Amino acid sequence: MKKAGFTQAWLPILLLVPQLSIILIFFYWPAAQAVQSSFYLQDPFGFGSTFVGADNYTDLLGNAEYKRIAWFTVIFTVSVTFLSLSLALLLAVKADKVIRGAKGYRTLLMWVYAVAPPVAGFIGLIMFNQSWGPITRTFAALGHDLKIGVNYWDTAGAMIAVSVWKQIPVNFIFFLSGLQSIPRSVREAALIDNRSASSRFWGVTFPLLAPTGFFLLIINITYALFDTFGVIDTLVKGEPGNNPMTLVYKVYVDGFRGNDLGGSSAQSVILMVLVLALTVFQFRMVERRIHYT
Amino acid sequence: MSDMTNPPRRRLRLGTIMDHAILIIGVLVMVLPLVMLVQMSSIPDTEIIKTGPSLHFGDQLDDNFEKAMFGATGFSGENAGTRMLMNSLILGIGFAVGKIVIGMMAAYAIVYFRLRFATLAFWVIFTTLLLPLEVRILPSYEVVQNLGMVNTYHGLIIPLIASATATFFFRQFFRSVPEELVEAARIDGAGPVRFFIDILVPLSQTMIAAMFIIMFVFGWNQYLWPTMITTEEGMFTLVRGIKQIVQVLEGNRVPEFGRANLLAIIAVVPPVLIVVFFQSWFVKGLTESDK
Repeated sequence: MKKAGFTQAWLPILLLVPQLSIILIFFYWPAAQAVQSSFYLQDPFGFGSTFVGADNYTDLLGNAEYKRIAWFTVIFTVSVTFLSLSLALLLAVKADKVIRGAKGYRTLLMWVYAVAPPVAGFIGLIMFNQSWGPITRTFAALGHDLKIGVNYWDTAGAMIAVSVWKQIPVNFIFFLSGLQSIPRSVREAALIDNRSASSRFWGVTFPLLAPTGFFLLIINITYALFDTFGVIDTLVKGEPGNNPMTLVYKVYVDGFRGNDLGGSSAQSVILMVLVLALTVFQFRMVERRIHYT
Repeated sequence: MSDMTNPPRRRLRLGTIMDHAILIIGVLVMVLPLVMLVQMSSIPDTEIIKTGPSLHFGDQLDDNFEKAMFGATGFSGENAGTRMLMNSLILGIGFAVGKIVIGMMAAYAIVYFRLRFATLAFWVIFTTLLLPLEVRILPSYEVVQNLGMVNTYHGLIIPLIASATATFFFRQFFRSVPEELVEAARIDGAGPVRFFIDILVPLSQTMIAAMFIIMFVFGWNQYLWPTMITTEEGMFTLVRGIKQIVQVLEGNRVPEFGRANLLAIIAVVPPVLIVVFFQSWFVKGLTESDK
């Protein structure tokens, strides 16, 4: 708060009321409800519910399918994060280097930011179409029959590819702005000290990008966990069946389709704990400062 | 020194060519899918199921546009493109405006006033940054249902506003505004309302524009929440409509790819145009909001 602030008593309260009431009703109330109903077993026909303690949680953690989905979520998140970060970094380094057409490249590489995840999934459906999709054809020419929606790992690969495509622009924008904020003097000094471009990159540029990279790491993990819902839902055409899915998709499937409110709420709470842990980790890392400036 | 400023010319050239090659491949990967969508909506559906996307551009674009914008496939016939476009605009603009207005007010209160419960308010508000809507999607749906807000615009928009990204963004910005401004305003006899409207809002113009672009795109692109909260076809947004498009494609013998592709294009074009045209604001807002 500013030192020279205003001292009115009622005005700030009035200003805060809209924000506070919206988050109390639409954030804290639902969040509390999720925690509460995770300890109950709902009657599937809506005739009340019974307190079951931690049963919903123990059921989940002992459930083989849930474990499988959790594992897939880990693989999916790691692949999407790693691939979209590294490809975006490569493109950003090149876009920072070239002189001609730099602006054109920047625009053409970032516009996908505005494409909605389900639309990206829809484009994926076309690219991976069973009979004439360009990617399916390419793979057929290489001797592999892609079967999206049938073969588990083929579908997983398509989900990862589409999610990476959709995420590259955000990372690209942040990396490029990070690169452009490296002072000229530092670049010149590095040029004098180090003739080899690759050791200049790993020794100077890369560590200078570490704060950006770390911030993006968290952003990408959150993206892969939550924002890919639209990609997944479209690629499996709303029918998960035996297809791979992430934990968030499972919350939706169990709660909304399967009417298992207790189990779905327990899953929500597990995800909340996961996100909170991630945030605490982020804060602690920021405190330890991977900042060089 | 001369050796350094003039590295061997040949190698430099080869390096530059490689740089461009990588960038061009990247651009192609990003752009080709959309070109393919346009191409596919320019040829008849019967040709698509035979050949798939190709390099041949046909003349069906306006036909398909007509079908996509004014034809309807659902039961109620209310999910024509124009209707969905309108709903998308309402969601995008309503969300962006709501978020900016509420966020600026709250940020102003937190930064410029002495509040006894300031720390508490701060934490209550900023905890919302941690948990995305997807995590608490089901209970949120129940709350909205209990309030009778299913299939309404406010039921669609307000729960999405229940997170403090804009508040956080404006808090950061207000804190960077020089202290002297408030003091000067107070000496001139301006009260907090005058100060806010006459000084702070004009000062924040660029920030407001940047926030508007980011929030509009975010709102426009919402999928899961609209999917749950709107069940009447008259309430569908374009992005929500994608789900239906995909299901329609499944059912028919000659799927209506032309119409589907065109709807996907319409769903993509407005946010893309905004991001491309207001690129510098958008990039500034995006990269500064998270520091």
